[in-house]
Amino acid sequence: MKSTKFTELTQEQIDRKWWEIGDFFRRNSLWMLMYCTGCCAIELPPAMTSAYDMERLGMGPMATPRQADVLLVTGYLSLKTLRRLIYTYEQMSEPKYIVGFGSCTINGGIYHDSHVVINRLDRYVPVDVYVAGCMPNTEAVMNGFVDLMDLIKSKKADGWKRYHDNYDWYKKNQEEALGEVRIKDEFHE
Amino acid sequence: MILNILFGLGVALFGFVLQTALGGINRKVIARLQKRYGPKWYQEFLDIFKLLSKRATSHGWIFDFGVIMALGGIIATAMFMPITNELVAFDGYDNFFIFVYLIAVGMLGMAMSASGSGNPLASIGVMRALTTMLAYEVPFMVVVLTIINITGDSSISMIAEFQQLANNHWFIIALPLGGIVAILALMGMLGKKPFETYIAPAEIASGPMVEYGGKQLGMLFIMHEITVFIEVSLFVHLFLGGAENIFVFLVKYVLVYTFVNLISNVNGRFKIDQVVTFFYKWPLLLAVSQAIIAIYLGWVI
Ligand code: SF4
Repeated sequence: MKSTKFTELTQEQIDRKWWEIGDFFRRNSLWMLMYCTGCCAIELPPAMTSAYDMERLGMGPMATPRQADVLLVTGYLSLKTLRRLIYTYEQMSEPKYIVGFGSCTINGGIYHDSHVVINRLDRYVPVDVYVAGCMPNTEAVMNGFVDLMDLIKSKKADGWKRYHDNYDWYKKNQEEALGEVRIKDEFHE
Repeated sequence: MILNILFGLGVALFGFVLQTALGGINRKVIARLQKRYGPKWYQEFLDIFKLLSKRATSHGWIFDFGVIMALGGIIATAMFMPITNELVAFDGYDNFFIFVYLIAVGMLGMAMSASGSGNPLASIGVMRALTTMLAYEVPFMVVVLTIINITGDSSISMIAEFQQLANNHWFIIALPLGGIVAILALMGMLGKKPFETYIAPAEIASGPMVEYGGKQLGMLFIMHEITVFIEVSLFVHLFLGGAENIFVFLVKYVLVYTFVNLISNVNGRFKIDQVVTFFYKWPLLLAVSQAIIAIYLGWVI
C-alpha cells in the first residue's frame, strides 16, 4: 500500500507546484497583442468572430503590450517593423509567448531575397509556435493556439526564458540586422 | 466591532465573487448576441488569477501605492453596502453620502497611480474619467436628493425599506423621469458603451490601464469588479426597492447588470465633449423637472 504519510516538500518542489497552478491559469487566459505586420493578419478577424470564436479558448485582443501574454507576429517583418517588434516584446510582462504566422516568419517566404525583409524571425526573438502556410487558413491558426496551450502545459513554451539565457546571441543578431537597438523608455528619461 | 469588520470584509468578498461570476456569464450573453459561443462562465476568475500570477514592471512607488490605495478604498466602500434589509455590516452607517465620499478614495488612488506611470495616454484616460464623473454625477445627485427629500432619510437601507413599506412602490416607477436618469447615470458609472470614452481601447489603448500589467492589473481588475458591485447595488437599493432576502437581491442585481450590458453592446462610443453635453442636457433637464414635479407639485405615483 502506498504510504499516505505527509512528506516535507523542498522549496524547489513547492515552487514547481505553484508554477503548475499558474500555468493552468495562464494557458486558459491568453491575451494577445496583434502586431499585424503582414497579410497573414487577415486570418485573425474570422478567428475572432462568429466563424471560429477564439474567445472560447479564453483568448482576446488587448490594447497594449503591458497587458498582453501572446505576441502575434503575423507575417513578413521589414527592418523597420522588426525594431518596433523588439521594443514591443521587451515591454511585455513575463511569462510571454510569441506565435509566428506564415512562411514569412519561418524562412522569409516569398520575400526571402529582399534586401529589407528579414528571413528568420527566430534569430531575433524567441518564437514558441509557428503556424505554417501562406497564408495559413483559420483552422491552422486556431490549431496553433491550441498547440501553444499544450506547450504551456508541458512547460515547453519557454521562449522568454531562452531570451534571458541567450540574450547576448539575440542581441548580436539584432544589432547585425538593425545597427543599434536601444530600448528607449521615453516616459522616464 | 471586530465582528462588524469581518462581516464587512465578507460583504466585499461576496460582491467580488458575485460580480466576477456575473461578468463571465455576461461575456457569454454578449457572445450569443453576436452569434458566437463565448468563453467559460468562470473566465473572469481565470483572467484575474492569471494576472496575479504574472511578473510586473513597476514605474515608481506612486504607481504601486496608488493601486493598493485604489483597492483598499474600494474594499472599504463595499464594507458599508447593505445586501438585504438585515444584512448590513455597520448598521446605521450605510448613508448615501458615505458611499459618495468613500468611492472617491478608490477612484483617486487609481487616478494618482495612472498618472504616476508617466504615459500620456494614461493621463488622457484619467482626465476623461474624471470629466465623465463630473457629467453623470450632477443629474444623478439631483434625483437622489429628490428621493432623500421624499423619504426624509439618507440611509440606503432606510430608503429601501421605505419603498417596501409603501406597498413596493419602487422609485424607478414612482419617479419615472428620475428612473430614466438613474439608468443613464448607471451606464456612465459602469463605463458602458456610449460613455466608455475613458477606456476607448482602440483610441487611447485602454486609457488609465495602459501601463499596467501583471499583478497591478490583477488588483485593478478586482477593484473594478467591486466598484461595479457597489454601483449596481446602489441602484437596486435606491430605485428597485432593495431586497427582503438575498434571493431577491440576486435576481434584481443580475437583471440590472445584464440589462445595462445588453444596451451597451449595441451602441457606439461618444466623444468626451458629447458625453458632457449629453449629460448636462437631457438627463439634467429630466432630473430637475422630476425634482420640481415631485417636491413642489407632490406628484409621486
Ligand atoms: S506568409 Fe504569405 S500571407 Fe503571410 S505575410 Fe507572408 S506573404 Fe503574406
